[in-house]
Amino acid sequence: MNEDILTRVQSNPKFKELVHKRTRLGWQLSILMLAIYYGFILVLAFAPNVLGASLSGGTTTVGIPVGILIIISAFVLTGIYVRKANTEFDQLNQQIVEDAKQ
Amino acid sequence: MKSWMKTLCATALAGLPTLALAAGAFEGEVTKQATNWSAIIMFFLFVAFTMGITYWASRRTRSASDFYTAGGGITGFQNGLAIAGDYMSAASFLGISAMVFDKGFDGLIYSIGFLVGWPVILFLVAERLRNLGKFTFADVASYRLQQTPVRTFAATGTLVVVALYLIAQMVGAGKLIQLLFGMNYSSAVILVGVLMVLYVTFGGMLATTWVQIIKAVILLGGASFMAFMVLATVGFSPEMMFQKAVAIHAKGISIMSPSKADPIDSISLGLALMFGTAGLPHILMRFFTVSDAKEARKSVFFATGFIGYFYILTFIIGFGAIMLLLNQPTMMETVVKNGKEVTQLIGGSNMAAIHLANAVGGDLFLGFISAVAFATILAVVAGLALSGASAVSHDLYASVIKKGKANEADEIRVSKITTVVLGVVAILLGLLFEKQNIAFMVGLAFSIAASANFPVLFLSMFWKGLTTRGAVVGGFIGLISAVALIVMGPAVWVDVLKNETALFPYKNPAIFSITLAFVFTWLISVLDKSKSAVEEKAKFEAQFVRSMTGIGAAGASKH
Repeated sequence: MNEDILTRVQSNPKFKELVHKRTRLGWQLSILMLAIYYGFILVLAFAPNVLGASLSGGTTTVGIPVGILIIISAFVLTGIYVRKANTEFDQLNQQIVEDAKQ
Repeated sequence: MKSWMKTLCATALAGLPTLALAAGAFEGEVTKQATNWSAIIMFFLFVAFTMGITYWASRRTRSASDFYTAGGGITGFQNGLAIAGDYMSAASFLGISAMVFDKGFDGLIYSIGFLVGWPVILFLVAERLRNLGKFTFADVASYRLQQTPVRTFAATGTLVVVALYLIAQMVGAGKLIQLLFGMNYSSAVILVGVLMVLYVTFGGMLATTWVQIIKAVILLGGASFMAFMVLATVGFSPEMMFQKAVAIHAKGISIMSPSKADPIDSISLGLALMFGTAGLPHILMRFFTVSDAKEARKSVFFATGFIGYFYILTFIIGFGAIMLLLNQPTMMETVVKNGKEVTQLIGGSNMAAIHLANAVGGDLFLGFISAVAFATILAVVAGLALSGASAVSHDLYASVIKKGKANEADEIRVSKITTVVLGVVAILLGLLFEKQNIAFMVGLAFSIAASANFPVLFLSMFWKGLTTRGAVVGGFIGLISAVALIVMGPAVWVDVLKNETALFPYKNPAIFSITLAFVFTWLISVLDKSKSAVEEKAKFEAQFVRSMTGIGAAGASKH
C-alpha cells in the first residue's frame, strides 16, 4: 500500500466511523458471549444446584434448556454480527476503498 | 447382535476424561474384531469417491495459491461445513456421546466449551486474519515484524501442534479400526498415513476441503437420523427420554445435573478451548480459502450453526444410548479392570454411538456409521498434514531459507515432499505410541495453540507496540510453559509417569501459560528500544488500514 492511499484512508472520516462501529460491535458481542459462557462456568463451579433443580416439577432440569440456549445464543450472536458486517460495514468499507482510488 | 461384538472382551476404550479436550484419543488395549464387511465396503466406497475428487482437484491445482488455499475459491457456506468438519472429529462424535452416556449433563458442558470460541473468533479475529494473511497464520504474525525469527517461531508452534494432534489421531484411528473393522492396528495406521499423503500431495487444499465437506455432510446426516430415531421411541418428548434414562442409569437422577468440578480447572479448560481454537493452525488456514472477509465471516456463521446442531445431536444420542442400550443383556459385557469385575457396554462407553446405530438402524446402518467414523479421521489428518506442510514450505523454506525469493514450483515441490515426510513420520509415531497413554496429547495441543500461537497472533493484530523480540520470546515462553505444566500436571506426571502426586495440581494449565505468554510478550516488547522495534511500530498504521479495509489483501485467483 503506498503512502498516498494510506494517508487518504486514514484522513477519511468514514474510515474512523467504520473502525469505531465495527470495533465497538465486535467487543460488545465478544464480552456478551464471554459473560454468558463464564457466567455458566461460575454457576457450575459455585452453585451447581441451580442448574440441577427440576424444571416445572419433571425430570428435566434447569441446566438442559440453559445449555441448549447457550448453544443457540452463540449461533444468534454470530448471525447478528455477520448481518451487520456484511451489509452496513461492507457498504461503508466499499465507499472508503472507492474514495482511496481517486 | 453381531458376533464380532460378542467376542469383545478387552479393557477397551476406557477413560472418558481423555476426551475432555476435543478430538481426543482412544486409550487402553483393544482387541481385534472379526472382519466387519459392510463397514469395510462402505468405507472403501468413501475412499473411492474421495479419490475421484482428489483426481478432479489435482487437475485444478497448479499455483501455490491453489495448493495452499484452493485458490481462495471456496464459498462461505462450503468453508463453514469444512470448519465444522475439522471440529467434528471421530473423538468428538464418539467421545462426547460417550461422555453423555456415562455422566449425562456433564457432556453438555464440554460441548458448550468447544462451541463458544467460534463467535469470539468471528468478532475479533476472522476478518483481520483474512485481510492480512495469504497462506498461513505466520503471514499475519510476521506482517510487520522480522520474517526469519517470527516465521521460525510460528512454524515451530504449528509443527508441534500438528505433530501432537496427528499422533492422537493416528493412534485413535488404529484402535478404532481394530474395533470397528477388525483390521489389525499397524495396517490401519499405514492405510490412514498413505491416504492422507495421497489426498494432500495430489489434491492440495481443494481436495482436502472437499473431503472434509463430504464427511461433514454424511456425519451430520447419520447423526440426525440417529437422534430422530431416538426421539421417535419416546414420542418426541424429551421429558419422557430423560425419565427413562434416569430410571435405568446407575447414577440415577444425578445424570441430570452437573457434577463437582474445580473452579480453576474449569475456567482454565474454558480458556484453552476458546483460545486454543483461535490458535490451531489447520483451522486458521481455512480462513484463507475464501475469497474475502465477507465470505470469511459467513463461514464462521455456518460453522457455528453446524457445530452447535451437531452437539445437540450428540447429547440426544448419548441419552438415547442410555435408554436403549443400558442393561440390555446383548449390549453389555463383564470385564476385569484392575482386578475388579466391571459390567460395561461392549467395547466400552466410546462405542455408545456405534451400538446405538445398530439398535436404531440395523447392521447396514452400523456399517455406515463405522465407515463415517473412520472417514472422519482421514479428513482431519489430511487438514493437519497440509497445515504442517505449508509451515515448512511457505514459512521455513520460502521465507526463511530463500528469503522470499523461492520460485513457486520449488515451493510446491517442498510442500509435497514435506507431506510425504509427515506421512512417514505420522505412521512411525502411530506405531511407536500404540501402547502408550496418549490421553494428554490433544489437551496439550490445545494448550500450546492457546498459549503460543494465539497470544502472538492476537497482539500482532491488536497491539501497535508488539516487536519481533517480544513476539518470539513471549511465544516461546507460552509454548514451553504449556508443555512443562502439562508434563508436571496429573495427566502426565501421575497417569503416564506413574508418580504418586503431581508437581502441578491442575489438569489444564492454560490460565497460567496464556498469562505468562501475554505478560512476557508485552514486557519484552516494551523494553525493546532497538532501531528495528521503532520501525516495526511505525508499520502498524498501514497494517491496521489493510486489516480493516482489505485494501491490498490477497484475493481469489482467477481460473
